[in-house]
Amino acid sequence: MKRFFLFALIAVGLSGCTGDNWGWYVVDPGTPNGKSNLTFLISGAWNTIVLSLTAIAISVVVGLLVALPGLSEKRGLRWFNRIYVECVRSVPILVLILWVYYGLPALSGITLNVFWAGVLALALSDSAFQAEIFRAGIQSIGRGQYEAAQSVSLNYRDTMRYIILPQAIRRILPALGNQLVYMMKMSSLVSVIGMQELTRKANELVVTEYRPLEIYTILVLEYLVLILIVSQGVRWLERRMNVSEG
Amino acid sequence: MECMMQSGSQAPVIKMNGVSKFFGDFQALKNVSLDVAEGERLVVCGPSGSGKSTLIRCINRLEKHEKGEIDVEGIRLNDSPAALDAIRQNVGMVFQQFNLFPHLSVMDNLTLGPMRAYGLTKAVAQARAMKYLERVRIPDQAEKLPRQLSGGQQQRVAIARSLCMEPKILLFDEPTSALDPEMINEVLEVMVELAETGMTMIVVTHEMGFARKVADRMVFMDEGEIVEVAEPEQFFTAPKSDRCRDFLQKIINH
Repeated sequence: MKRFFLFALIAVGLSGCTGDNWGWYVVDPGTPNGKSNLTFLISGAWNTIVLSLTAIAISVVVGLLVALPGLSEKRGLRWFNRIYVECVRSVPILVLILWVYYGLPALSGITLNVFWAGVLALALSDSAFQAEIFRAGIQSIGRGQYEAAQSVSLNYRDTMRYIILPQAIRRILPALGNQLVYMMKMSSLVSVIGMQELTRKANELVVTEYRPLEIYTILVLEYLVLILIVSQGVRWLERRMNVSEG
Repeated sequence: MECMMQSGSQAPVIKMNGVSKFFGDFQALKNVSLDVAEGERLVVCGPSGSGKSTLIRCINRLEKHEKGEIDVEGIRLNDSPAALDAIRQNVGMVFQQFNLFPHLSVMDNLTLGPMRAYGLTKAVAQARAMKYLERVRIPDQAEKLPRQLSGGQQQRVAIARSLCMEPKILLFDEPTSALDPEMINEVLEVMVELAETGMTMIVVTHEMGFARKVADRMVFMDEGEIVEVAEPEQFFTAPKSDRCRDFLQKIINH
């Protein structure tokens, strides 16, 4: 993985040395201007990370809370689950971001800053997918586990907490990792309402430097690095959990 | 029904009266009545699909019966959560597929119920778990995960898990049917020892050697009905019904 990244970097770098279209001076750390441009671009990373991690943390919790009624024997609760999932996941994320930022304050009187509007929109959108993932994970646990839990007098909450969810989460970990990667990429959309994350920083720099090719290439690499790190983290977690399971 | 039988003079700990259970259009139990006395060991047998498992699963309400009454320890089984809690604490169950919790160590499998349902401290629950692991003769496996044990050991852990709840009645749903032949005896031995302690047991099994050894009464079921209830001696030597005789011939003379 590391080798691939190195290779990509070198390949892009080399083509920059030879092609007439490239002007790497704009982000050359050797010059004061290039160095400050590069620092400016990278400074968006923190917001991208915090935004997507906060959003996914919320969406996992909400997703679970939406998934559980979907597994109920009561028809009303199952309907709630279906309506929530179908409605939320049919709204494009960009539309949801715009609606939460510009529409929600007018509707509710609550003003959200850019960060929380972004978190709310991303979390809301993702929660519908998380709910489906959790539902599938929980449904994959056999009936025998519920029956064994009942036979040792565990109530519904304890059965979920100690028996079903720990097993379900191990199974859905790869899918949760996917969502995290997806969420990091979708966080770029929050740039449209002015969130100072990676994409927004790049856009602002392009306007002043007029070098979209180099700046957006850096942006691509920034996301690549971030997401490679996240995938490695998820894989490490998967391995660790599998080890602890035996 | 004609197969109602009362053994001894004590009040029965399980009373089933006219119990019927449907799965869709299929009637799994047809108007079943049965009383079980305290300390009694019942062995239930019959062809597959005859309703044996459904019978015992109704007793701890893993299945809901649709008609008739079931009383366990004087508590009427219905939708009341209090009744359900009381039943589950009084009645333990050992499953064909063991159903151990695969992500928890043997020790945690045993202590979870007592800690969460009875509020025992960890130390007390662990001491109790060790006591029952010793009884099923695998105290040295406490820290292992279920998958690291053999099938016979897993089933013995499952028995210990039930015992940790200190139930008054223990139900066994074909406890040796999923085991390799060489492991059946180690589980049966534990069950025989358990029977000697005076525990009320209802065992669904085809292990007729075990049945002869421990059963106070045999129950033969076919097509959702209790066809015959008899003491083992009479049951094996002179079954009254043709269906029972056919069945015994099939399973004993392979």
